Amino acid sequence: MRYAMAIDTKKCVGCSDCVVACQTENNIPLGYARDWVTETINGVYPSLQLEFRSERCNHCDNTPCVRTCPTGASHVIEGGIVKVTHEKCIGCGACIQSCPYDARYSSPEGWVDKCTFCDHRLKDGQNPACVEVCPTHCMYFGDLDDSNSPVSKVMANRKWKVLAPEAGTSPQIFYLI
Amino acid sequence: MKTTRRDFIKISSIGLGSLAVATPVVNYITGNSNDNPLSGTGKISRHANYCEVCFWNCAGWVYKNEEGKIWKIIGNENDPHSNGRFCPRGTGGIGMYEDDDRLKKPLMRVGKPESQEYKEISWTEAFDHIAAKMKEIGQKYGNESIALFKHGSSSKHFGHLISAFGSSNQAGPAYAQCKGPREEAFTLTFGEPLHSPEPLDIRDSKCLVLIGSHLGENMHNGQVQEMSEAIDKGISIITVDPRFSTVASKSKFWLPIKPATDNALLLAWINVIINENLYDKDYIEKLSVGFDKLKEHVQQFTPEWAYGITTIEPNIIRETAREMAKAAPAVIVHPGRHATWYGDDTQRLRAIAILNALLGSWGRRGGFYMAASAKLPKFSSPAYPKPKWGWKDINPEKYPFANEGVTNLIIDGSHPDYKGVNKIKAWFVLGTNLPVSIPDTKRTIEAIQNQEFIVVIDTMPTEITGYADIVLPECTYIERYDDLRVLPHREPNIALRVPAFEPRFESKPAWWMAKEIANRLGLGDYFNYKDYSDVLDWQLKQIGSSLDEMKNLGVKKFDREFDDLYFAEGETPEFGTTSGKIELYSEELASYGFPPLPVYKPMPEPETGFYRLIYGRSPVHTFSRTTNNPRLTELQKENKLWVNPKVAKEWDFKDDQEIWLQNQDGIVSEFSIKVRITERIRWDSVYMVHGFGHKDKRLTRGFGKGISDAELITKVLIDPESGGTGMRSNFVTFVTENPGKEVVS
Repeated sequence: MRYAMAIDTKKCVGCSDCVVACQTENNIPLGYARDWVTETINGVYPSLQLEFRSERCNHCDNTPCVRTCPTGASHVIEGGIVKVTHEKCIGCGACIQSCPYDARYSSPEGWVDKCTFCDHRLKDGQNPACVEVCPTHCMYFGDLDDSNSPVSKVMANRKWKVLAPEAGTSPQIFYLI
Repeated sequence: MKTTRRDFIKISSIGLGSLAVATPVVNYITGNSNDNPLSGTGKISRHANYCEVCFWNCAGWVYKNEEGKIWKIIGNENDPHSNGRFCPRGTGGIGMYEDDDRLKKPLMRVGKPESQEYKEISWTEAFDHIAAKMKEIGQKYGNESIALFKHGSSSKHFGHLISAFGSSNQAGPAYAQCKGPREEAFTLTFGEPLHSPEPLDIRDSKCLVLIGSHLGENMHNGQVQEMSEAIDKGISIITVDPRFSTVASKSKFWLPIKPATDNALLLAWINVIINENLYDKDYIEKLSVGFDKLKEHVQQFTPEWAYGITTIEPNIIRETAREMAKAAPAVIVHPGRHATWYGDDTQRLRAIAILNALLGSWGRRGGFYMAASAKLPKFSSPAYPKPKWGWKDINPEKYPFANEGVTNLIIDGSHPDYKGVNKIKAWFVLGTNLPVSIPDTKRTIEAIQNQEFIVVIDTMPTEITGYADIVLPECTYIERYDDLRVLPHREPNIALRVPAFEPRFESKPAWWMAKEIANRLGLGDYFNYKDYSDVLDWQLKQIGSSLDEMKNLGVKKFDREFDDLYFAEGETPEFGTTSGKIELYSEELASYGFPPLPVYKPMPEPETGFYRLIYGRSPVHTFSRTTNNPRLTELQKENKLWVNPKVAKEWDFKDDQEIWLQNQDGIVSEFSIKVRITERIRWDSVYMVHGFGHKDKRLTRGFGKGISDAELITKVLIDPESGGTGMRSNFVTFVTENPGKEVVS
């Protein structure tokens, strides 16, 4: 099993609903977020391109964050989800430094926090909160090893890209272009 | 008073659920505590509601844990407005409940009318005082002299009170500052207004034309969702906007039009569609009147003519017209919502309506569907007394086509310069922050200062509360009952709002306030119930449901009475116009001396060094009501001024540089705004999101963050047909040194 997410940049309107839904679902303290939205503009008026991207931990196959963690707090669970055991984390920040996506932050409690793909919801057969709330239905989630999963199906029919492929981390968030 | 959960069960179980007590917990959801990100037992409850962060009123569930803590709000899957998905503002709606800056107790002004000193008073004192002042003012000037400004679901309760008192002087910015001209233009053309949500069949449309309408930034939930679905199905989007809006970036054609020239483009499109025989001949012949006059009228408006005005090339005008015709009748020339732009807005919206008629999209799949609403019996109440005069009589010469209260007309009747006899002497204001929601803040404040008594009902200490004699703290939608949501859609449906919590602080629901005031005025018969849930239960039982059933469902759908979502093949439907047909040529407009066919009128242009002020929406905010919300200010705490790089270079601006704005009338913004240098805006315009620059220090997150466009909109071009206040003919220049304005609070 390999969990992954595909996000359709042709549909995303950059509204940040994914951010608020993650914050409320996961009870993230005010001032912090596990996901965020970027806006990229290219060209000169009136020949312009605009791309919004909802970004988060890429749950990479090759995980510098797990490698650099001195306590084993950062680890990979079933389906390739990268998690942090809060009790084991000493807040040293090595993982934050090693992440090419800047996807981790130090929580006010001291431990490092990040996207979990809402694994507490996956157990009940639900999608991550961001996927479930998106008003443009631009996010697809599922098991890449299952060719019938929403993420596999949409990726089979669309062009896609990943962020910072040069980092060699084999990220599992795919942007449909 | 904090009720523990044990008390709460005890009270509700003996059936004394007075207003201070939240609804019994419903819908336990079993969950494993280890999987619950909230500390607690993992036993979670959800409570039906519909969102009040914006007018879309999406239905959903307020989730809380057993300790009584609010967790999240999630859309109701059966709701046609949200399809189970809230927008960011709705998801962040819990911030309205959580906000510690909320109004907490009734307040009474002490000292001089212009002072902002208040003392806390009891609800009894507040109601006694309000009732005494209403009687006094009613006796002096007539009950009609008391007006209500309103917005949102709970305004119905005060509307009922003011009507029972004998005044029909009631208006909301949702008409004359928003969709007024649109509703009248569509009524003149098709015989009915569009209402909310608009009956646009976007999901099955093949071509969507957006004129300044920034779907995706305005987050009109159902429409954004359907647009996304239509993108998957290959819809062709044509966006007309001087700004590279979010949806412009998703469009096949983006027409970066010169601002204030939309009518020229629309007329040229009509010209091409008629002259190239691209219109729906059968439909136009059977269903419309005035085609020949229209055809003759538009001959002068060639694409070449429009090019010189709009800066859109003739071949693009032709190509986009053909694109629409290719998709017809599954095409929507979107009517927009906030339509009060240039003071000739009924004419622009008439051109949009006519274009849709020519394409045959009204009543057709992929165009405009025929919406239906659920029917609810009215809870028994005596007939209202007949007022001697109403808002139309403030100036009977004005706005002959206005079918709803015109806020600015009521302000005219409230202003010291009013020479007529039908004077407004006291205001009730519920859920609308008038200094920000009505353009020309200075004039609004002059009218306010001419009032003998002002009551403001709100959840937040917005600017308008600082002008009130009495402030009544309303609880949020999460803490109160209101009417069932009955809005038109493909399927008739209703949605329920129940309180998930007892009101925080000493805030109370509006229905209770209105009822208490009515009792003191001898109008108790109009509020013949103990708790508003009695009204809902009675209504629901009349239609075969009940309050208990609806608490579990949240939303209930009903079958349409007729199978008439679209016009049937060969059908000749009758329209609500005078002629019973679609009126391309409007005799009604002609009879009042207005152009019976849409015209283009050149608009004022900015002087050198000035830029047209364009304002719009952010997906995370609704007007000024969310710009203190702790959840939503996280995402956007201030507005920025979008400036084209060419302009920025001329002024030597850097990103995030703080500047002030001065408009054509010499008005300088109260606060500074940060510059955002971006290619997304034309060089002759600047853009900002509406709703920022709060001036009340009690709004700890919103105070002084960004600037208010409303204070810079002092030149208001009024649409003579509907009374809509055109706000987009204001020009600003930049002030780079701090003008040292004294900050009021």
